[in-house]
Amino acid sequence: MAATVQPQTGAKPVTSLSNEEILRYSRHLIMPEVGMEGQLKLKNAKVLLIGTGGLGAPLGLYLAAAGVGRLGLVDFDVVDFTNLQRQVTFGSSDVGKPKTAAARARLSSLNPDIQIETFETKLTSENALELFKEFDIIVDGTDNFPTRYLVNDACILLGKPNVYGSIFRFEGQATVFGMPEGPCYRCLYPEPPPPGLVPSCAEGGVLGVLPGIVGSIQAMETIKLILGTGENLVGRLLLFDALGMKFRELKLRKNPKCPMCGEHRTINKLIDYYEFCGVRGEEAPASNVQVPEITPRDLKSRLDRGDELFILDVREPHEFQICNLKGLLIPLGELPRRVHELDSSREIIAHCRSGKRSAEAVDFLRKAGFRKILNLKGGILAWSDEVDPSVPKY
Amino acid sequence: MSIKVMIPTPLRVYAGKRDSADIAAATVGEALGRLTSEFDELRKHLFTEEGKLRAFVNVYLNDEDIRYLAKENTPTKDGDTISIIPSIAGGTSKNAD
Repeated sequence: MAATVQPQTGAKPVTSLSNEEILRYSRHLIMPEVGMEGQLKLKNAKVLLIGTGGLGAPLGLYLAAAGVGRLGLVDFDVVDFTNLQRQVTFGSSDVGKPKTAAARARLSSLNPDIQIETFETKLTSENALELFKEFDIIVDGTDNFPTRYLVNDACILLGKPNVYGSIFRFEGQATVFGMPEGPCYRCLYPEPPPPGLVPSCAEGGVLGVLPGIVGSIQAMETIKLILGTGENLVGRLLLFDALGMKFRELKLRKNPKCPMCGEHRTINKLIDYYEFCGVRGEEAPASNVQVPEITPRDLKSRLDRGDELFILDVREPHEFQICNLKGLLIPLGELPRRVHELDSSREIIAHCRSGKRSAEAVDFLRKAGFRKILNLKGGILAWSDEVDPSVPKY
Repeated sequence: MSIKVMIPTPLRVYAGKRDSADIAAATVGEALGRLTSEFDELRKHLFTEEGKLRAFVNVYLNDEDIRYLAKENTPTKDGDTISIIPSIAGGTSKNAD
């Protein structure tokens, strides 16, 4: 099935290429599957990238290089050092700059013949329809469930294809949602997982090449949609296992009872997606437990005073290897069966990376009868900021 | 009769870090029941307290969604593969805690 996407009406379509463009795109032009006709389709296409991070990096680079005439970039984030391991659009000198501005500079240097529009904003239910309506294809490279549902619903309401990609550690998924004959994200995942059942960040992380591969698959699907050539991923979920180096595919069916794209649509406008996904704002609710705390400075002065404090580190062993406060390591997940290793008569300070996992640990131990236990506020990150900058942050 | 159950990365931590399991079972429900009887945490992620598959968990027999077959009662045959497909949202993977 070679689905084609009609360019949005409005601006007059470009009907020729300059000599410089002909040279630049010559390896496309000599392929019958692209040719002059296809290259002009690319030049007249308008693609909006949601997220300029791991998936957005290969997407932006390949779509700009291929000559997609108008690229929109939506991101509100700033480049930081931890991005550089996989977000190959950015260089070390971009750290601290807004991602949209840094990406624009990189992509315009790659291809000055295309228009790049940047939207330095968070995608919300209030701005999504307005942003999407100017573009032919929306590419979802976000990193959270609320935005995934928001992108899906806005695409269905406007009848736009949604080129989907998602990654987790060594695993990726890709498909094309939002085509009239195909399913949408809600057909596959009618409900988001409750926040407590999403694997915690302790099991997070991602191998740097993985978003490069999945984002490149999204870029390829986007180009095929524009050209109207080949078999696209509509109705197929591509699964990629980087460790096993295996691709598999599953059938995706359009759910006739889907509240969004089914025969009887019951969702007619964008909703509050944070509420829908059970999360408010950026905080992960599972770790909103209120427990007694100690600040890094107070801990430092108590240690300097010679107070007998027992440090409990609830991170994972591989995190302990990066840096530690010489505490006893019991990962949060092992705490219930290793609780006997702790002496409840001693004063215990629990810590993790940022203070969230250790808050859960303190909550758990208090319920188990521990009374003299405090959470290190802000975790080892705050310790590095406020007490000992020689401790690396990660 | 042996069925292969593929365990996705986010759930491996609840399944003794295994990426798949070979299980003898006549239906999809029976295979998942056997798998999760070994791993209590995995059961909590896949099934509600009433023992129903959770709505956000997609289970495939070979390349077909069991919602469009006979759900948990879908019969299995030797050599079939059951895949558990979790929702993953990552695009850049932020470390948040």
